[in-house]
Amino acid sequence: MRRTFVGAAVAVLLAATSANAQQTIKIGVVMSFSGQFADPGAQIDGGIKLYMKQHGDMVAGKKIEIIRKDSGGIAPDVAKRLSQEVIVREGATILAGYDLTPNALAAADVSAQAKTFMVNMNAATSVITTKSPYMARTSFTVWAVNESLGAWAYKSGVRKVYTLVSDFGPGWDGEAAFTKGFKDAGGEIIGSARYPVANLDFTAFIQRAKDANPDGIYIWVPGGPQPAAIGKAIAERGIDKSKVKVMGQGELTYEDALKSMGDAGLGLITAFHYDYNHQSAMNKAFVAAYNAEFKRNPDMFSAGGYDGMHLIYESLKKTNGSTDGDALIAAAKGMKWESPRGPMMIDPETRDVVQTVYIRRVEKVNGALVNVEFDKVENVKDPWKARQPK
Amino acid sequence: MASVAPAISGPHQYLQAQTRWSRVEIAFWLATLLPFVVAPNYLVLASQVAITALFALSLDLILGYAGIVSLGHAAFFGFGAYTAGIISKYGWGEPLSGLLISGIAAGLLGYLMSFVIARFRHLALIMITLGFGFLLLEAANSASWLTGGADGLQGVRMWPLLGIFKFDLWGVTSYWYSLIVLFLLFLVSRRLIHSPFGLSLRGIRENIVRMRAIGAESRAHLQKVYTISAAMAGIAGAVLTQTTETVSLGVLDFQRSADLLVMLILGGAGRLYGGIVGAILYMVARDQFSGINPQYWYFPIGVLLIAVVLFLPNGILGGLAKITASERLQKWMRTLPPWLRGAS
Amino acid sequence: MIVSMFGVLFDGLAYGMLLFLLSVGLSVTLGMMNFVNLAHCTFGMIGGYVTVTLMNSMGWPFLATLPAAFLVAAAASVVFERTMFRRLYRSTDLDQCLLTIGLVFVSVASAAWLYGTIQQPVNLPSYLRGSYNVMGVTIGVYRLFLIGMSIVITVALVGALEYTRFGAQVRAAVDNQRMARGLGINVDGAFAVTFALGSGLAGLGGALAIDIVGLDPSFALAYLVYVLIVVSVGGLGSIAGSLVAAIVLGISDMAGKYYFPEIGSFLIYLVMLSLLMWRPVGLFGKR
Repeated sequence: MRRTFVGAAVAVLLAATSANAQQTIKIGVVMSFSGQFADPGAQIDGGIKLYMKQHGDMVAGKKIEIIRKDSGGIAPDVAKRLSQEVIVREGATILAGYDLTPNALAAADVSAQAKTFMVNMNAATSVITTKSPYMARTSFTVWAVNESLGAWAYKSGVRKVYTLVSDFGPGWDGEAAFTKGFKDAGGEIIGSARYPVANLDFTAFIQRAKDANPDGIYIWVPGGPQPAAIGKAIAERGIDKSKVKVMGQGELTYEDALKSMGDAGLGLITAFHYDYNHQSAMNKAFVAAYNAEFKRNPDMFSAGGYDGMHLIYESLKKTNGSTDGDALIAAAKGMKWESPRGPMMIDPETRDVVQTVYIRRVEKVNGALVNVEFDKVENVKDPWKARQPK
Repeated sequence: MASVAPAISGPHQYLQAQTRWSRVEIAFWLATLLPFVVAPNYLVLASQVAITALFALSLDLILGYAGIVSLGHAAFFGFGAYTAGIISKYGWGEPLSGLLISGIAAGLLGYLMSFVIARFRHLALIMITLGFGFLLLEAANSASWLTGGADGLQGVRMWPLLGIFKFDLWGVTSYWYSLIVLFLLFLVSRRLIHSPFGLSLRGIRENIVRMRAIGAESRAHLQKVYTISAAMAGIAGAVLTQTTETVSLGVLDFQRSADLLVMLILGGAGRLYGGIVGAILYMVARDQFSGINPQYWYFPIGVLLIAVVLFLPNGILGGLAKITASERLQKWMRTLPPWLRGAS
Repeated sequence: MIVSMFGVLFDGLAYGMLLFLLSVGLSVTLGMMNFVNLAHCTFGMIGGYVTVTLMNSMGWPFLATLPAAFLVAAAASVVFERTMFRRLYRSTDLDQCLLTIGLVFVSVASAAWLYGTIQQPVNLPSYLRGSYNVMGVTIGVYRLFLIGMSIVITVALVGALEYTRFGAQVRAAVDNQRMARGLGINVDGAFAVTFALGSGLAGLGGALAIDIVGLDPSFALAYLVYVLIVVSVGGLGSIAGSLVAAIVLGISDMAGKYYFPEIGSFLIYLVMLSLLMWRPVGLFGKR
């Protein structure tokens, strides 16, 4: 009884999808549209919308339709259910979005089981892409950015570093990656602390770091209100950034944080793959178009969404509109393009992103605080996966 | 009410009269089978609604029947969820035994906690449950060698149920499984609250001092019901882990405890079906509202909660009960044919 | 060592003062009418958005926006009190919870709709930024300002409650509402004024908090837990209790992060649990 039922369900589903496949391709976008992580979700969505506005909603003769689902925060059970539902209930044939690591990991199961092409537009833990052979990533990995930063720090003359990271997975990854890059180059970590995820007042931690007397402080912080709080605490504790280099991943100096920090942010050094201040004709056009549409600057989330849509569009063109998972991921592998962030590629082996990591310093340009790129590491692959036994 | 109910001469008859199944109840449980036929594409959602309903039922036992308000009940839900996940990760993916072990584990934790819980009342009690919830969340985050930390536990793989039914993408097995677990534990709860033990719990809720004065062991009773409730919450968590094959810190979150409380109050605390109705309404409303607008669905949900409080105080079931108990409705009901009236 | 200890004490004090402003209103109204107002932090959020709007769109100076934040939050609370809360004074706690959490949901969604989900920036005037160095201890100017403001407010509050006729009525209502009514005190009226005052203070706290903890639509939910901790540890209806509890929690939070960062995230809950187990009615609570 049960088998026949599932059989019937499969038949109905396949019939439905093949009928739909004639005209419309549905993309299920699952991420946080509400709650604590609503803003990243809104920015990813901004990237998606802008791409579709610029490139139309017809690809290879098919109409593209986006179905948005709110996972509401860290909830892999919900994210997995929504991914299932968007395939089963609404007939989506491509999955996209995914702002948070646990959610992306859970949804990867669905992608693997249903053989559905999945574009991870944000979640940045290295291991995610190994969970489904149908997944590609258009954001970055914490390992790639922070290991590059660690190596760069030693090269620029820093010898003794104090690390301060958020006490959860990505923070530990950042700490481990920076430490690896920095120590391999010859540097020394003289102290480290992890602050509670929900922490909002950083004076005690910064004071502790200052008391350890390092010549560099490494900070890993997720977005939200924390970066501004850290930047203010650093300035307030009177740390001289010309003597002590304060370094971190790009979130530390993202646009809202700099606005709240004011001049307290000057001199912070961050490594990242995208910033709206990246100097290229393509990025200027992108930023202008984004502003015209949403009245704010794009950020790395928007870039992830924008490039994710690019990957989907170009892969569909290659498969001539077929949404078969195997065909799409084959098309995505090795794809290279010029993005607002610079040159990027999908690694044919790992399906992860390969791109330039920029080293930036906060400076005042025309009266506004911006991240100014002054060094870069090109063609960075995810180093964590390279080290895993094959 | 009195006109329909038979004459009650003693406590035994009273309890027996309470345990009789009414037609509405039977219809309700038959209706839970409808999704298989009417909405086969909603089975995954239905399964998570059933799990949440079970979780809400566990909270109802302590809140509605014993007056223990908890803002940290996700601690047990999460403890059960992680137990089920960890057993499976280390090689034992059999669902039913996993469920049992998780229930026992959460029950044990509940028993330990109950020594503290039974000593406090009011705001202190709420805050202590909340504090323990946060402590457990932080502990799970720190113990990433065991729990996988913020990335969630990886490598949870369930064996087919009874060796036959695989947990499929459409949620057919999941919904059967969650529904049967919910129904069995509902029977247990129903039996429990209509027993003398259940009556004495209500006595404690209404007036703990007087219960002590008549010699009822309030503390032992509270500990017992708290343990049972914790075990049930743990089983609910384990079912979630098993049907989704994922566990993350989200299962221990404060938000989960708070949402649960909202659902129970929405449905009507202190009524057997309160948690279940609340869970169904809240989760279906959320699914529909967020389907319409993924960004601002909190708005209509909030309006719904406010409207329920203003127009149906004591939750939906409480409000409905008041309406059905009103004189005018009773009079009108009596004009209906008997099979429509329901047995109670 | 000594120097760092003073630094930690000072920073903890400032953080505690912030918690105090956010929570004192809830403590008094809970103690007075037993009204469970989970939407208390919504008023804090309203205050925050008022300040941000006035500063960034109308160019008001920061200090001038503070009274506005107080007034708007207070006015909004009066509207809610008159139209909704009032009907529920005699309802169960659970219904009150549900109504106010519904309001929180509505306010969170409305804030997201009106202002977006973005973090709101606030740029303090230069005289409130930076820090002094007093004998090795770093004293942040803004923190000093926070502490100063809170002391002024506390003195004003305590003065108003202890030495005015209105204060005596409020105290009477907190101690025994029925008796107070029996003596002809207009408890509902006193409550409405207290409610507005408490919500206004939350609005002020929300405005002052932006620089330290940021502001986005999840503020109304994120701070609820902290506020509840302060209220329960301090004891219902007690201003002094809230003050002491907020300071104890602020300092222990700060000291925990400085001296034992490994257990930093546990500490505030451990402190709360041990204080509540020692005194279930709160430090200064009566029942």
